Amino acid sequence: MPDKTPWIEIRDLRFARGGRTIFDGLNIRIPRGQVAAIMGPSGSGKTTLLRLIGGQLRPDRGQVLVDGQDVHRLSRRALYRLRRRMGMLFQSGALLTDLDVFDNVAFPIRENTRLPEPVVRALVLMKLEAVGLRGARDLHPAELSGGMARRVALARAIALDPELMMYDEPFTGLDPITMGVIVTLIRRLHDALGMTSIVVSHDVAETSSIADWVYLISDGRVVDQGPPARLQEAATDWSRQFLQGLPDGPVPFHYPAPDYLGDLMNAEGRR
Amino acid sequence: MTTRWIEITVGLFVALGIGALFVLALKVSNLSEYGGEEGYQVHAYFSNIGGLKERAPVTLAGVRVGRVSDIRYDPERFQARVTLTLSAQHDYLPKDTQASIYTAGLLGEQYVALEPGAEEAVLEDGDTLLFTQSAVVLEELIGRLMVNLTQD
Amino acid sequence: MTALQALGRWWLGVLGRLGRGHLFLLRTLVALGPLMLRPRLWIRELYSVGVRSLLIILVSGLFVGMVLGYQGYITLVDFGSAEALGTVVALSLVRELGPVVTALLFAGRAGSALTAEIGLMKATEQLSSMEMMAVDPYRRVLAPRFFAGILSMPLLAALFSAVGVAGGYLVGVGVLGVDAGAYWAQMQANVDVFDDVLNGVIKSLVFGLVATWIAVFEGYDTEPTAEGVSRATTRTVVHTALAVLALDFILTGLMFGAL
Repeated sequence: MPDKTPWIEIRDLRFARGGRTIFDGLNIRIPRGQVAAIMGPSGSGKTTLLRLIGGQLRPDRGQVLVDGQDVHRLSRRALYRLRRRMGMLFQSGALLTDLDVFDNVAFPIRENTRLPEPVVRALVLMKLEAVGLRGARDLHPAELSGGMARRVALARAIALDPELMMYDEPFTGLDPITMGVIVTLIRRLHDALGMTSIVVSHDVAETSSIADWVYLISDGRVVDQGPPARLQEAATDWSRQFLQGLPDGPVPFHYPAPDYLGDLMNAEGRR
Repeated sequence: MTTRWIEITVGLFVALGIGALFVLALKVSNLSEYGGEEGYQVHAYFSNIGGLKERAPVTLAGVRVGRVSDIRYDPERFQARVTLTLSAQHDYLPKDTQASIYTAGLLGEQYVALEPGAEEAVLEDGDTLLFTQSAVVLEELIGRLMVNLTQD
Repeated sequence: MTALQALGRWWLGVLGRLGRGHLFLLRTLVALGPLMLRPRLWIRELYSVGVRSLLIILVSGLFVGMVLGYQGYITLVDFGSAEALGTVVALSLVRELGPVVTALLFAGRAGSALTAEIGLMKATEQLSSMEMMAVDPYRRVLAPRFFAGILSMPLLAALFSAVGVAGGYLVGVGVLGVDAGAYWAQMQANVDVFDDVLNGVIKSLVFGLVATWIAVFEGYDTEPTAEGVSRATTRTVVHTALAVLALDFILTGLMFGAL
């Protein structure tokens, strides 16, 4: 059972890029052992949030605490040490294209430890077995389907047995079978390895099925949160629109435009 | 692409490259001369050295026996002091050897030609040549020719 | 007003890139130290940067040397000093054409490939994923390539010059009938190891540093899209060519100038 002291805490986070404010006053507290889902529409900065937690981006204001350490005040060395306890699954998989599947999974182990090669081999095969791709060890990333690439990337992300796993849009662009495989894998790995997981996604059904707690973010802040079951029924108009996928609502269908009829009748307008 | 193949070709590449550097140093340029520094030095004073440069060859009957190792102006004698480094094997040159500055071809480089004298004593390290002939400067030559012509 | 603003924005952009470029160089140089402990990393890059450029360098060097043989002969024979052909060919190659043409070919062959490779690694989040795996891309990806480039350039330039001298020999002695002994003797008499060969090597080291720096930086600084990578690749070739030619002018002035 997850205990209630936050393991990851985001306090009053503000982040702007290219003149656009992505987060403003974001607060999130994730206890150890939880699968937390962060959901929001495209462009709401979900991927950016993961990069902020991983220390790849620097916030304009506010703090990100992981296990009590302020990620953005750590020295380079300490930050890299902290990152060894994190795993991240990129949306694209981000496999290293010049290495085959085996070497990709072995990469973080070889780079971060001095384990002898037989141990590395055993570890890699265990991780590949966990995602069901032990037989694909000699393939190159170019020979993998999207779903397989994501599973290899997952095996690589858990190679060092991280305490925190971050998933960036893990369900996007997959066929139903592969999607089911990934959903099961995320939950199973989470329970088996005793990790804390953050899933960033806009796929409502899949995310709800594995998350313990859901944060809905929009306009740079958390607009609603709770266990997935509760959010489905009682919620604000906005979250109902998002969770049920209604085309119109608080988030308008139309991009802001001048009055339709007037626009059509305006003969002098060039376009 | 196996690691073995990569390592072999990289080794070959580096060996070839360093080999090329050696070819440039030994075959194309004059590094070999720097090696043969051993020899003895004699000085010669010229009133005009023309376009003589350091490292110009020093020849004996057209055979190369050394090189010009230093050129400086002597403010007491108002002459140029040229130091010639001659290889040690040519230790039989008489004291009254004469040094002249000639030009190889019409536009070629200038060099120092030695003509042995008749004395018994031979040159030693640090000696000064007594007889020298300066470089022929084209303008001077033409000037003298003009004077001769007008006198006739 | 808008023209002025555009000019200002452009200039600020240039300054920003320059600043990022220098910080980048600094971080890469710092990452060179730990690299020495893992020679396998840069040996692999020496293959893709050096060995793969070998063919184009050798073939170009041969042709440039042969052309020099022809042109030099045609000019020299009018002055009755065709024997000086060896000197002309060797000095042109060792001082100028070797380092400069090698650097230009390097930019087209290895530099553009470096930019595209690193740019693609960035666009596909490979660099980012390395960071998240607690692996510093400066150490693992950038520094090895940088080091291999700097190491390759003088070797390639030396090969270019050596093959060029042989090409000049082929044409001058083999085809046009210059005396073989005179070709080598004149060359040896007039090419100096330090003034000419060493200065040429120094030039190619500088070009190697600049060419690889530009290539690796453009790749790392690229906009992570397909279009951004293709633009960065073009920029690498153009900027390297300009930088090499301008630097060559400065270096030549310093080395062979009337100082």
